[in-house]
Amino acid sequence: MILIQVLYLIASVLFIIGIKMMNKTKEARSGNLVSSVGMLIAIIATLMQINIVSILEIFVCIAIGSAIGLYYAYKVEMTKIPEMVSLFNGFGGMASVAVAVSDFWLKTNGTMVQMGIIITISIILSVFIGAITFTGSMVAFLKLNGKITGNPITFKGQHLINLILLLVFISASIFALVNQLDTSIIIILTVISLLLGVLTVLPIGGADMPVVISLLNSYSGMAACATGFILNNNVLIVAGSLVGASGIILTQIMCKAMNRSLINVLLGGFGQTITKLEADGPEIIVKEVGVEEAAMLFDGASSVIVVPGYGMAVAQAQHVIRELYELCEKRNIDFKFAIHPVAGRMPGHMNVLLAEANISYDKLVEMDQINDEFSNTDLVLVVGANDVVNPAAHTNPKSPIYGMPILNASKARTVIVSKRSMGKGYAGVENELFGYPNCLMLFGDAKQTIAKLVMELKEL
Amino acid sequence: MNIESLIILLYVLVLASYLGFELIAKVPPTLHTPLMSGSNAISGITIVGALLACNEQGYTTLSKWLGMLALVLAVINVVGGYAVTDRMLKMFKKK
Repeated sequence: MILIQVLYLIASVLFIIGIKMMNKTKEARSGNLVSSVGMLIAIIATLMQINIVSILEIFVCIAIGSAIGLYYAYKVEMTKIPEMVSLFNGFGGMASVAVAVSDFWLKTNGTMVQMGIIITISIILSVFIGAITFTGSMVAFLKLNGKITGNPITFKGQHLINLILLLVFISASIFALVNQLDTSIIIILTVISLLLGVLTVLPIGGADMPVVISLLNSYSGMAACATGFILNNNVLIVAGSLVGASGIILTQIMCKAMNRSLINVLLGGFGQTITKLEADGPEIIVKEVGVEEAAMLFDGASSVIVVPGYGMAVAQAQHVIRELYELCEKRNIDFKFAIHPVAGRMPGHMNVLLAEANISYDKLVEMDQINDEFSNTDLVLVVGANDVVNPAAHTNPKSPIYGMPILNASKARTVIVSKRSMGKGYAGVENELFGYPNCLMLFGDAKQTIAKLVMELKEL
Repeated sequence: MNIESLIILLYVLVLASYLGFELIAKVPPTLHTPLMSGSNAISGITIVGALLACNEQGYTTLSKWLGMLALVLAVINVVGGYAVTDRMLKMFKKK
């Protein structure tokens, strides 16, 4: 039917316009709406092809899915967005696998019916990408919510196992193409792909999650693309490739911000071997500062930059930081936030948290724009960030983070670091900044110490 | 599927990917999280495939059950994804 094709075309255009509107913060919300209308139109167009007999169970499934989706979407805390995105992402991947296998079963019905080679390749790809997306996202989800350790999980020969699994997958696929894709092969392919998803994400540590989530996001788009080839449907390909492209770009940005190659991130185990090497280095002697003294420093400053990191999310400190920000605004202290691209557990994580705390987004400045300002700044407050302000990235060629672009917080007149303890950052290296003469450590839970700081500052 | 329709699909794939790269490279870093969850919702377009798979008649076939599973998962992905993106973007304010 021509009408259905036209509706699919409209849906594709709406997806494109929706993404385009995401370029501006003001229009982004409408863009999301436009894209969701596109989805609705695609669904309606598909329902028009559905036999009326199946409508009831379809609506039951839609009702169940919507209820679960809405419940989580409105319940989730903003600090937990990364794990929610990976969970949903995984569901999308699994849906692709299920559609591919369902289509395989429909076409062959378990018997040896010849399928075209293009369809066979598409089904194999859909299963492969979809299953890796599913289990990979589930592992990322479990790592992010702490059900399994965020540290890299490595064991001997893991790359070898991955390689063997991949080779078995490829051989089985070739066998299927030459002979026939049958039920046992599709089971083997699915199981191997599921295993590969688990094994490839396990060795990757928590702070590398921005890369992993971006990459898995891209995979889920590619899986949708592959499904589009199975069904010979353009809207899946358009939507899938938009998502695929988006994930790849974000992955590149994240890797660049860590000065590491994608391969290096994916091989995992980062920050494990280095600790021993660094232990021999000179011990860093830090100066502690109390809340009262810190409040006096704020009182005397005319410009302040806050550097938030994942620790801020863990301590849920964004709301007390908003109070601090309001207090400083009242005193005409210039107050900004410096956002490192990989701060947090997914791209842009800090921006969402600070937006939640009702902080105007024009106060959040990207690294390249703010890095020259540090030298003219009276006071920098680092909250739960570590590696992204470590000057070793510039000064110490032996450091594993050498060459990584960092925020030049150390250039400010005074730096206060709010930190729970002297623990090391993700890279497992000592932070030279903490030993600098202009650096003061404010130990304790970020939320509590900053709340106290706000109280003290109110009295000054 | 014949080779002509494959070629058309490949055209669509290449052009849409290129368009995606161009559009997304311009998204400001502030919006990367909503971009990701929003595009994640778009990847739930597999819902189209899931619906078609549900069209299979009779509960006895594996195809139908898999289709229904895919449908529930894709709907969670789509509805949850759009809703949480909207919730986030609502918070982005400029004073």
